[in-house]
Amino acid sequence: MTFRATVRGTSYVFGDLATLLAKANEEKSGDQLAGIAAATATERVAAKLALADVPLADILATPLLDDAVTELILREHDAALFTDAGLASLTVGEFRELVLAPGFATAWSERGLAGAITPEMAAAVAKLMSDKDLIVGAKPLRTVTRCRNTMGEAGVLGVRVQPNHPTDDVEGILLSTLDGVLYGCGDAVLGVNPVTESVAGVGAVLHGLQALIRRFSLPTQTCVLAHITTQLAALAAGAPVDLLFQSIAGTEAANRSFGISLEMLAEGREAVLAHHRERPGEFLGDDVMYFETGQGSALSADAHGGLDQLTVEARAHGVARAYAPFLVNSVVGFIGPEYLADARQITRAGLEDHFIGKLLGLPMGIDVCYTNHVDADQNTNDDLLVLLVAAGCNFVMGVPGADDVMLSYQSTSYHDAAGMRDLFALSPTPEYTAWLESRGLLHAGRLADPGPDVAAALLAGLDQAVLDVPSPVRALTNGR
Amino acid sequence: MTAVPDFSADTEPTAPADANPMIWAGTEPAIRGGAEPATVVDAEPAVLLGAEPIPLVGAEPAAPVDGGSAEPAIASPSPGRGDFEHRVRTVTPARLFLGRSGTSYRTADQLTLRADHAAAQDAVHAMLDLESGPLAPLVDQFGLFAVDSAAADRATYLRRPDLGRALSPEGRAEVTRRCPRGADLQVVVGDGLSVAAVDAQVPKLLPALLDTAREAGRSVGQVFAVRNARVGLLNEIGELLDPAAVVLLIGERPGLVTAESLSAYVAWRPRPGHTDADRNLISNIHARGVDIPAAVARILALTESMRAAGTSGVLIKEDHEGPAALTSRPGDDLSP
Repeated sequence: MTFRATVRGTSYVFGDLATLLAKANEEKSGDQLAGIAAATATERVAAKLALADVPLADILATPLLDDAVTELILREHDAALFTDAGLASLTVGEFRELVLAPGFATAWSERGLAGAITPEMAAAVAKLMSDKDLIVGAKPLRTVTRCRNTMGEAGVLGVRVQPNHPTDDVEGILLSTLDGVLYGCGDAVLGVNPVTESVAGVGAVLHGLQALIRRFSLPTQTCVLAHITTQLAALAAGAPVDLLFQSIAGTEAANRSFGISLEMLAEGREAVLAHHRERPGEFLGDDVMYFETGQGSALSADAHGGLDQLTVEARAHGVARAYAPFLVNSVVGFIGPEYLADARQITRAGLEDHFIGKLLGLPMGIDVCYTNHVDADQNTNDDLLVLLVAAGCNFVMGVPGADDVMLSYQSTSYHDAAGMRDLFALSPTPEYTAWLESRGLLHAGRLADPGPDVAAALLAGLDQAVLDVPSPVRALTNGR
Repeated sequence: MTAVPDFSADTEPTAPADANPMIWAGTEPAIRGGAEPATVVDAEPAVLLGAEPIPLVGAEPAAPVDGGSAEPAIASPSPGRGDFEHRVRTVTPARLFLGRSGTSYRTADQLTLRADHAAAQDAVHAMLDLESGPLAPLVDQFGLFAVDSAAADRATYLRRPDLGRALSPEGRAEVTRRCPRGADLQVVVGDGLSVAAVDAQVPKLLPALLDTAREAGRSVGQVFAVRNARVGLLNEIGELLDPAAVVLLIGERPGLVTAESLSAYVAWRPRPGHTDADRNLISNIHARGVDIPAAVARILALTESMRAAGTSGVLIKEDHEGPAALTSRPGDDLSP
C-alpha cells in the first residue's frame, strides 16, 4: 500500500505504512540516525497529511513487524469493541478530533476504549497532535492501579523516591529515602536502581527498603530495578518483592537484547503474585509490575525493525499493558543526543510518551531527565515537568537535588515534585496523604517540618531498619 | 551555613564577580567547598541567608508550613547536627537534607547544582591525550597506543553511535599490525564520554589488572586505546583479534558528583551482532564507588566465570558484592 500527499504543488509518495509513520514523526535525531526520518520539513508535513487520511482499520490490518510483540498486540486487541465503538470507521485525523472532543474521556473510561486502540494507532494520532493537544488529550484519561496503595486518581501526583547509591549501601539508600519522605515523596514507589546485579546485593536493598516501610508503617511499595532474573533469584532467596521491575522495548529483538522474553514477564508476574499470597493483608490489589521504557532504546540495540522511535515506544506500551502494571514510566531524557538531540526533542518525546501511554490505558509516569552530554539543563527540565504535571502525569521521580549519584544523570528532585503539588494543588496518594498528615508532615496540603518527636521516631526507625537487614546479607554488601 | 551539606569540593568556584557582595557573603561557602562563611557586619539580617534560619520568602520561621526550612529538617533530634551531617556525608554522596525555601532550593544549593553541571558539560568535550598527562607512563610501560574510531570528531561521536562502535580503517590496520591474536585477555581503553575518568582510573587499574592476570597464568594481549569509543567496539575487537575475554575500560557519562567514573565492560569471545545482553558490566569505578583492587578482582572473577561457562552476559552473575549483566535502564549503558 502506498500513500500520497501534495503540499504546495509538490507530490510526495510513501511506500508503506512504516515509512509513512516514520516520516510523519516530529524531528528526532534517532530517526535521522536510522535513516528513516523525513528529509525536509515539507516532507514531514506531507506525511502527516497522508497519515491523517489513513483509516484506523488499515493500521490494524497492516502489522509492521512479524514478531512476538505484534502477535501480543493483536491477541490483546478488542476487535468487537473497535467496531462497536465506531473506531473502525475513523481515519487517524478523525480519531484525533474524537480524542480531543468533550466526552471522549468519559466514553474511554466507561467503555474501556483503551483495549480497542492498538499502540500503532496511538502513535499515529500523536503524530498529528501539537504539544498542547498531547497535554489536553492526556489530562482527563486516568488509570487507577493498586498494589499497597492506590495510584492514579484525579488530583493525585505520585512521586517515586529514587534513592540510588554508587555502591548500593543500604544505610545511604535509606537516608536518601527518609529525606524524600519528608518532602511527601515515595508514594509511587521506593525504587532503587542497583549498581550491582548480584542477587545478594539486590536482596539486601529489598530487605532494607521493606524494613523501612515496616518500621515507619509507610503505605507504599518497594522495588529494586535489577534485571528480572536477578529480582526473581533474590525473591527465591527470601527477599520481599512488592513490585517486579523490567525495562521493556517495542520489538521482540530489542527485548531479547534486554535479556527478556514475553514469557519471562508472564512467569515473573505469576511468581510475584504467588509471593504476595504468602503475605496476606499487605496488598490492596494485584498490580505488581513496574516497567520502564524510552524512545530510542530499540534503535540503540539495533533492533528497531525499521520503525520510528515513537511507534516502537507505543509498542513497548502495548507490551506493558498486557501484564497489569502498577507503574510505567518513560525515562525520556536518559538515552542521549543520538536519539533525542536536545531539550526540544526531549520535551516533545516526553509529552508523546505520556499521551500514548494514557490513551492505551497505562498508569503513566515520566522520568523528566537529561544527561550531561545533551543540550539541555535544569531549566528545560523544569519546563517539561510543568507541562507533564499539567497533562495529568501519574507520577514523576524524586531524586535528591535532582542529581542521581549512581546513574549520573539529572532528573527531578524532591523539591521539584513538592513544588508541582503546590503549583497544581495535587496530593500524594490518599493512603500516603493520611500517613503524612498523621505525622504532622503535611498540613492543609503544605509540607511541614517534623516535630522533634516525629523526627526522633523516624531516625530511630531508620536505624532499626538498617539493623533489620539479615546479617549475612549485610556482611556481604556493606563494604564500607 | 555549615548545616548545609556540601558535595562540591572538587568544583571550581563560579560565583559571578559582580554579584552583590552582601548576598554572596552568605551563600558563598557551599559553592566554594566548605570554607567558613565570611562575617558580614553590616548586612541586613534578611540577606544573611546562611547565618540565620530565616526562609527566603513566606512566613516566619516558627510557621514552616508555608515557608519551608532553611535548616535541614531532620537535624534537630539528632545527637548533634554535626554528627548527623557527618553521618550523612560519610555514607552517601547524594545531596541530602538541603533545606528549602518554600519548595525550592536555597540559593547556595541552586547555584552549586549549576556549577557542577557546567563542569560535567565541559568534561564531555575533553580529548584523550597519551603524550602528556596521567596516561603517558603507560606508553612506555605497556606500549599503550591510541587509534581513532570511525567517528572523526567529538560532535560526530555524540550524534553517531554507529561510528563510535567501529574502528577507523587506519585504526583497524594499526591494531591488526601491532596486536597479537588469540590472547586469554585483551584489554582496551576507550575515552567514552569522559577522558577525566580514564585519566583518573586507568593509570592504576591497568597495571594491576594486567599483572594480576599474568600472575594467574593468563596470556595478555597488547593493550591499546580508542578515541571516540563506544561499547559496541567490543564486537569488532573480538572479530579482529580473537581473544577469549575482552575488557573495555571506558569513561562513563560524567555525573555531577564526579566526572571520574569508569566502566569495565567484559565480554567472552564477542562477535558482530552481540548486544548488551552478551556483556557484563562493572560500573562506578571511582574514588567514592568501586575501588581499584575491587574492580580488578571482580573483572578477573568475571572472566574466570565466563571461561567456566563458555559465555558472558545475563547468564553470568557475580555471586557477591558485584554487578554484572545489564544496566537497569532501557537501552543505555552509562558509557555509550
